[in-house]
Amino acid sequence: MKTWLLVAVLAVGTVLMKAIGPVLAGGRQPPAPLTRIIALVAPALISALIVTGTFTQGQQLIIDARAAGVGVGAIALWFRVPAVLAMLIAAIVCALLRFAA
Amino acid sequence: MPLALPIAAVGMSFGLLAGPLLGAIPSILMSAVVWSGTAQFAALSILTSGGGTALAASAGLLANTRFLPMGFAIAPSMTGGPARRLLRGALLADASFVIGHRGGGRFDISALAWAAPVQYVSWVGGTVVGVAGATAIGDPARWGLDVLFPVFYLSLLLPDLFPEYIQAGGHRARRQADRANRGRASSRNHRPIIVAVLAAGITLALTPVAPPGVPVLVAATAALIGLRPPPQTVTHAGAGDDG
Repeated sequence: MKTWLLVAVLAVGTVLMKAIGPVLAGGRQPPAPLTRIIALVAPALISALIVTGTFTQGQQLIIDARAAGVGVGAIALWFRVPAVLAMLIAAIVCALLRFAA
Repeated sequence: MPLALPIAAVGMSFGLLAGPLLGAIPSILMSAVVWSGTAQFAALSILTSGGGTALAASAGLLANTRFLPMGFAIAPSMTGGPARRLLRGALLADASFVIGHRGGGRFDISALAWAAPVQYVSWVGGTVVGVAGATAIGDPARWGLDVLFPVFYLSLLLPDLFPEYIQAGGHRARRQADRANRGRASSRNHRPIIVAVLAAGITLALTPVAPPGVPVLVAATAALIGLRPPPQTVTHAGAGDDG
């Protein structure tokens, strides 16, 4: 019973948080300062997601095989290697390091 | 869709961990209706450590608060009535947000919406496999699949940070064409770089002390430097002493 409640609360709450912006502010061009902020929300959030996926495990900060994989992937991207190939290289580096450990 | 595989892998990890604790059907149903790895793992980790349902629910919701700024960011790019916007908004996910992102605050809402079904099927399918016990494949992390997310996100962030450098083919070229079509000034804008670095710093600093999801939410506030008018506007207005 408690599990179902948890599932329901999470489902409804998540959809509300996703949809409140589109419903309240959708389709309108906000004032200039807000437009500038919105343009910068994506780089901020994407950067935060990258860091979270690379250096964190729960609440711990760690440098492990993922950091090496992402580092190699970043270098590949910088030298204009196509994204799919860079992802593949990163995964291989990461997997090799994990096998070696 | 290069992300179908890692999403399924993470879904599998969730199924493996959640199955024994919540039961098979609730675990699968959770993935099907909540559809958010961050929230599900956050709630699960509270339950695993002996926390109650209320605490688990708050942790899960807190982990998803980043969808608030994401929702407001995509809102101006949307068309149609409130019901249509609500549906499109409900399709929002981390990867969709990154995929739909076109730089300069614009989002391709149809790209964002089309990214959703693949992610959804991978996520729920992965959970089913995980719950069923993916012993043959073992821990998906072993295959390095978890690094696919940061590298993919990076591939879509770099053109935003260094628009004049990244000129390779594929989605990047398309995105550059988008930019050109919109006739944006090609003057150098360092702000996305500053914001990205700031956001990364905030995330690293808060991760050890804040619950999961909160560091990413707070990192979004780095975008507030956009409150200041951009340098070229300041020069145009004749205010010379800008900092």
